Parts: sequence; C-alpha cells; structure tokens
Amino acid sequence: MNWTFFHKLGSPKWFYEISGKWLPWLAILAALLMASGLIWGLMFTPPDYLQGNSYRIIFLHVPTAFLAQAIYVMMACAGVVTLVWKMKLADMALKCCAPIGASFCLLALVTGAIWGKPTWGTWWVWDARLTSMLILLFLYMGVIALRGAIRNTNTAAKACAILTLVGVINIPIIKFSVQWWNTLHQGATLKLTEKPSMAPEMLWPLLISIAAFYLFFTVVLILRLRTEILDRERRTKWVHKIVAAGAGN
Amino acid sequence: MHLTDRFLRDNDLLEVAKLGCERDDRVLFSNLSIQLSPGELLQIEGCNGAGKTTLLRVLAGLSGDYRGQVLWRGQKLSRVYADFRLSTFYFGHKPAVKTELTPVENILWRSRLRNESYTDQFVFSALEQVNLAGYEDIPCGQLSAGQHRRVALADLALSATPLWILDEPFTAIDVDGVGWLEQLLARHIENEGSVIMTSHQSLSKLSDRVRKLRLENFRVSDEDEIHDDSEAWL
Amino acid sequence: MSAASLEGSKAFVELVKRDLVLAFRTPGQTLNPVAFYLMVASLFPLGIAPEKELLSQLAGGIVWIGALLAVLLSLDSLFRSDQDDGSLDQLLLSPHPLPLLVLAKISAHWLTTGVALIVMAPLLALMLHLPTQAFPALMLSLLLGTPLMSLAGGIGAALTVRVQRGGILLTLLSLPLYIPVLIFGTGAVQTAVEGMSYSGHLLWMAALLMLGLCLAPLAIAASLRIVADG
Repeated sequence: MNWTFFHKLGSPKWFYEISGKWLPWLAILAALLMASGLIWGLMFTPPDYLQGNSYRIIFLHVPTAFLAQAIYVMMACAGVVTLVWKMKLADMALKCCAPIGASFCLLALVTGAIWGKPTWGTWWVWDARLTSMLILLFLYMGVIALRGAIRNTNTAAKACAILTLVGVINIPIIKFSVQWWNTLHQGATLKLTEKPSMAPEMLWPLLISIAAFYLFFTVVLILRLRTEILDRERRTKWVHKIVAAGAGN
Repeated sequence: MHLTDRFLRDNDLLEVAKLGCERDDRVLFSNLSIQLSPGELLQIEGCNGAGKTTLLRVLAGLSGDYRGQVLWRGQKLSRVYADFRLSTFYFGHKPAVKTELTPVENILWRSRLRNESYTDQFVFSALEQVNLAGYEDIPCGQLSAGQHRRVALADLALSATPLWILDEPFTAIDVDGVGWLEQLLARHIENEGSVIMTSHQSLSKLSDRVRKLRLENFRVSDEDEIHDDSEAWL
Repeated sequence: MSAASLEGSKAFVELVKRDLVLAFRTPGQTLNPVAFYLMVASLFPLGIAPEKELLSQLAGGIVWIGALLAVLLSLDSLFRSDQDDGSLDQLLLSPHPLPLLVLAKISAHWLTTGVALIVMAPLLALMLHLPTQAFPALMLSLLLGTPLMSLAGGIGAALTVRVQRGGILLTLLSLPLYIPVLIFGTGAVQTAVEGMSYSGHLLWMAALLMLGLCLAPLAIAASLRIVADG
C-alpha cells in the first residue's frame, strides 16, 4: 500500500496552511454555538423540579467532563500514530492536547464540586465519577511532567506516547474499580447525570453546548498546534519565509 | 562488474550510508558514510562534544534516533538485530561493572547476557592478563576506576564476537595496560575481527590496518541549519 | 541461524541470580522499604487513635497503603543503578529478548521487596488488631498485588531512568496504575472483615496480574529502548 497520502496528511506545512484557512470559520461557529447553547441553557430552560436552578451547571460540567475523557483517548490515538508511523504532527498534537485536556479535567472537577455544594451539601464527595476524574487529572499531569523532564524532543515524543497508551489501557480499569469501590462503600449514590430521564428542553441546549465545547477545543488545539509547528519547524525554509513576511509587515 | 559489487557488499560487515544525527537541535554529524570490512579498525576522532559517543551508540544499536541507513552484513540493522547483537561487543563510557560483585561474577553475568559462557579457568586466566590476579574474589567496590575498566577489558578479551565497538577504551589505563590493549586489538584484527573505537591514542602497532574518521564540530550557521521542506522525521 | 542456540532461560536465571546477590550484599538498601513500611504502619495508630475497634476497621487499608508506599520507594533504584554503572546498556545490547530480561529484573525486585512485605504483613496486621478471619485475605491480596505493583511501577521506573531526581515524577506516573490494585486489595480485606466472600476481589487481581505479566514487560522494554536515546 502506498502511504504517501497518509504522510502528506501528517506534514506540518500542509496542516499549517489548511488550518489557517479553517480557523476563522471554526472560531465563528464555536462562538455562535457556545453563545446559543449557554444562553438557552442558562436562561430559557425551565428549572429542575428537584434541584431548582443549581442543575444549570451541567451545561458547563457535562461538556468539560466529556472532553476531558475524549481528549485523553485522542492523545492515545496520536501516541499510536507517533510510535507506528513516526509522524511529527501526531506528537505535536499529543503535546498540545495534554494541557488543554488537563484544564478541562480541572474545570470538570471544579464545576462538579460547585454543583455538589447545593446538591450534596459538601464541596467534595468521593463519588465514583469525581474520583475517576481526579485520577484522570493525575494521568494528564504525568504526561505533561514527563514531557518536561526529557530534553530530547524525539525521545520525549515516544516516551509520552508509551505513557498515554499505558494510561488509556488503565482508564477503564480505574473507572470500573472506582465504581465497584464506590458502590461497596456508599451504597446507591445520587448520579450526577441521568441522561435518559432528562427532559428534551434540557437535553437540546446540553447537546448544543457539548458540540460548542468540542469546537472550542478544536480551535484552541489548532492555535496551539500552529505555534508548536512554527517552533519545531523553525529551521525549515517555509517557516523562515513566513517569519520574514511577518517581520516585514 | 555486478558480481564484484555483490561480493564487496557481502564482504562488508557494517555499512553506513548518509547517517545524520541531531541532539537538542544541534547537528552532530550528517551525511556520514562508513564501510567496515573484517580485519579493519576504524578510529573515530574529534573534539569533545563532536558526537563520537552518539555515533558509537547509533552503530551499536543503542540509539534509534538518526537519519540514514545502517546495514549489517548487507541487511538493514533493524531486521537483523538478534544476529547483530550476537556478533557485537560494546565497551561503553561506563564500564558496566557492579561494585558489589567480584570481577569473576561480573564477567559471568556479562557474558551470559551476550549468550556466551566461559569456564572459571578461562575467566581466571583473562583476569591474570589484565593484572587482576589475586583480586578475583574481592568485590569491585574495593578496586580503583582503572581496575573496573580492566575487568570489562578482561571480558572483552574473552569474547568471541567479531565486531568490537569501544568508547575510549584507553581511559584510566596505565602504560602496561595500554600496551596490552594494543596487542589485544592487533590480535583481534589478525583474526579477521573488526573494531570501531573512539580514542586519541595513536595506534603505532597497527598503523597499516587503521582507518581514521574525523568528526568536525558543526558550526551553527543558518545555511547548514535550514533543511529542505520535505524531511522525514527519521 | 544462530538464534536457535540462544539460551534465554539461562540469561533469565543469571540476571535474577545477579540481582538477588546484589540485594543480599547491600542489606541496608534492600531493607530500606521494609523499614519504611513498618514505620508508616506504626504511625497510623499514633496519628489517629489507639482504639482497637477503630484500628481493626482501618488495619487492611493501613497495611496496604504502607506496602504501596514501600514499593514506590524501592522502584527508583530498579533500573537506575544499572543505568548509573552502564549495565543497562549491556542489557539493551543483549541478543536475548529484552522483555525477558526485564521480567527477570522485575522478578528479582518482587523477590527482594514484595516477598518481604508479605512476610511482614501478619505482624503489622496483629499490631493493628486486624480481625483474624481477614488474615488470609490480606496475605492473598498482597501475594497477587505486590508483583502487580512491581510490574506496573516498572513502566514509570523505565521512563524516568534517565531523568535526574526522577523520584517524584516516578510517583506521579505510577500512582494511577496503583489505584485499582489498592482498591481491590483493601476491598478484599474489608469484605473478609465483614465476613463475606472475597474471592471476587482476588479473581480481579489475578486477572490484572495476568494483564500486567503480558503487557508490562513489553511496555518496559519499549520504554527502556526509547529513553536510551537520551
């Protein structure tokens, strides 16, 4: 099989050019969706009959929690591409994803705690989901710290790829074990999100904000990736051209 | 013509084409080509930081972060690692001698990892050659740095591998030791073995079999540093 | 051709033997984690309360946390001493499969650390008033859990072997891997204290141990080769 197409896909230069064209449209779309989802969710949906207005934090909490997990899986996929095809762009994506994922993870934890205060009466409950999210934050921190500790770029790339792969195998084990531990110790707990029982007038704005957050993540990732590409490719002709053109303006 | 080409290729033990290496954004060497046949000694020279050790680590298969091609007996190194490792002895910067173990024990574990095994008698005679007679059962922690290197050299003398990759083998060795090591290298070359080594030592006894390779310090100038657009990672 | 005459089992035995001899000749270093284990476990009653009812509830968790921290403490030297004197390069250059040699190193690590922790466990459990019916659960869970911790921790140890003062990083990398082990381990002891069947926990630990035995040596070997680039 001919892999040239695949390698072209991974060419930083190609990505830099194409992403520059996409970026404004994606940013506009993300802003529009974010505004409509959040305004609809926070202002126009009816209050919950049990939790009143406090449930409205799900329009922030659920998307960030979704993304925190999805980004780690994405990083693992990028890790496979890094190890198997040695694609530079995949490693750059892995590197750029880690701080974004960690931030979403932290946001999910903070919004979860804020939601917990009116619902459970305390800021922190050792709920299965919150606990797994905390461990996920450790996983993110591990990847970021390992990247910082190894100086040689190519070595750090492969080491982080291995670490994310080990982590992604570990995530379902952690989720399962924490869930088991939680049911043993606390009996039935209040679930934060029970999607099937959610009313459609709440579900729609939630879906829109999830889509908006995914787009927001894409925009942030592209912005970071473009900077990372310029940094790593700083010794190539095309980057020199871009920099020279930028200096001339 | 074609036949002689084939013959030459088969005769090469190690063949390196267009080898390039970068560390920490610094080009250590690029476009390096080496051919090593049985019975040859390649001496690599260069200033500190010129990438001698990195080159040896690439050639020994310790480092995979390089551009270009390394062929072992005409085949890509990554395909014939097992055969390559059976045929190679690497003497590194650090001697790989455990301070808690005696010289004999050290040689035994090292040789076992290389899939070689010697009788005790054999090991004792090798230690005698490197002036360590009487130290056989003393933990290496009580020996000097030079003696640690001698333990590793005794292991080298015992090894039957055809390719020796030696990183500064003369360091911390006294005058007697230097003479002995030169003899050892000469004998290995006589037996159609090959050596790649870094050293500033002039090898007077083997001058006709020695080829030299000098690694220059790359100047960091813009012309050198700018690559073409289509550059693969590895 | 020559691969047929590779004697991997001999290299495996030689490496285990070498690491055991090294451990026996440096008893201070080998017993360090065990002493740490004892101290952690004896600090809990001092820090919380010496009451028998309370301690017997906490005993399983305390012994397990002590064991976990002791393994973490011992992991740093797993590959680092070999890296420091150049032996790691000889391991990487061996014609034998690297995962096999890694497994030998891990086995030796478990024999010198894990086994000592298991042997000490009943003593600590006695001091912490663990109910007698939970002793077998504690021993069995440690028997399955300590090799698993050696295997999983080996990945972090390999990735950080060339990092100066990589101890904290190693802890950060290993901790998420240890959480399932800790949960199943303490869970087994706790269910045994409550007089219920704990075989489910042990079976899960056994399954994880199998997973670790299959995958960890490969991951460790790959990590060691990667970080050899410096």
